[in-house]
Parts: sequence; C-alpha cells; structure tokens
Amino acid sequence: MVLDVLYFAWLRERIGQPRERIETEAATVRDLVAELAAMDDWHAAAFADMATVRCAVDQKLVPLDSPLAGAREVAFFPPMTGG
Amino acid sequence: MSARVQTEPFDLAAELQGFGAGSGAVVTFTGLVRDDSGQMQGLEIEHYPGMTEAALEEYGNEAARRFELDGWLIIHRHGPLKVGEPIMMVATAARHRKSAFEAAEFLMDWLKSRAPFWKREIGPDCTGGWVAAKDSDEDALTRW
Repeated sequence: MVLDVLYFAWLRERIGQPRERIETEAATVRDLVAELAAMDDWHAAAFADMATVRCAVDQKLVPLDSPLAGAREVAFFPPMTGG
Repeated sequence: MSARVQTEPFDLAAELQGFGAGSGAVVTFTGLVRDDSGQMQGLEIEHYPGMTEAALEEYGNEAARRFELDGWLIIHRHGPLKVGEPIMMVATAARHRKSAFEAAEFLMDWLKSRAPFWKREIGPDCTGGWVAAKDSDEDALTRW
C-alpha cells in the first residue's frame, strides 16, 4: 500500500520534511515505525524514544499497535500542547 | 455550536453577540500567551490542518451531550503570537451555571492534550524550544 506519512513539530524538524509518500506492507503503526527508523539517521533520531511520539491514522489518534489495513494517511507528532 | 482554527485575532465581544440567547448561563475562557521565563517574545503554534478542526468539533459535540449545552464555541489560533495575545477561547451556554462551568473545564482539559496543536517558544534571539507536555495535563483527563 502507499501511505502519506506526515510529521509535526520536532519530528518534522528531525526528519527534515513535513510529509513523504511511503510504499509499505507494514501491518501495524509499530511495524511502519520500524521501517521508517531504518531508512536513515534522521528518521532513526526522530523515532529514538517512542514514549514521546503520538500517532494518528487517517486523522484519528490511535495507539502504536493499531492496524494499518486500509489506511491512507499516518501522522507522527509529540504529545500535544494546545490550549 | 462551532469550532474555528485561524491565525487572525478574535474579538470576544463580537463572538458572544447572540451567543447563549435563551440560556440561563454563559461561561467563557480565554487563554493568553504567558511569559514564564521572563525572556520570551511569544509562541509559534503549529497544528494538523483537517484533524484539528475535526477534533475540536468532536469534543464540542461531546461536551454538548454530556452537559446538555444549548451552545458552544471554540476558537484556537495558530502561527506566531506575541506575549499577552489571546491564543484561544471556549464559550459554553447552558440552562444552569454548573453545567456551563463544567463543560468549559472539560473542553479545556481535552484541548490541552488531545487537540493536535504544538507550541514553540520564541526567545529573545528568535530561537527557542518546543513546549513539553505536562503530566498534570494528561492526568486532568482522568476526572472526566
């Protein structure tokens, strides 16, 4: 499947781009993270501490073990600080 | 019953024109850019277009159900903001004040740690770090 992967805040800065298109067979978000982290040092740095990373699949907040079947857009970002 | 995400300032008085007509109670909260270090120029707020609007709408509707609101309004700004400028507001209208107060607190607790916004501090030399999420904000959700 082809996914649009989006990054926000310091994840965007560490990776050096706000979005990229990824061809993947990853079954879960966690599998996708493992693939992304193996791509290069920038991705590895962004995903080094998963306790500080949150995820949304198709714009819904989900846990890391969520399945990716049918997903089109996956976003990674730090814990939110609105308000 | 609406949520807006915008860069421009908002006029609280104008926003409240006609809001809560026929209700017994209106509560509003406005968040301002605060300078904790004494050296901050302001904040840069990033968000996730699309998801942000959907999340604010969802929490507004949830508050309306739980607290039997007659009306709600959420406005949250993004982009660069100077110290002292308003960042966001919520308004709730209900038959009685307890529901209106509780709904406003509920919305603020959810917005702080579940709406996709991220703050970066702008320091005196225009550099600055991302604001870290507080455990206390996450803990605040457990009471709902």
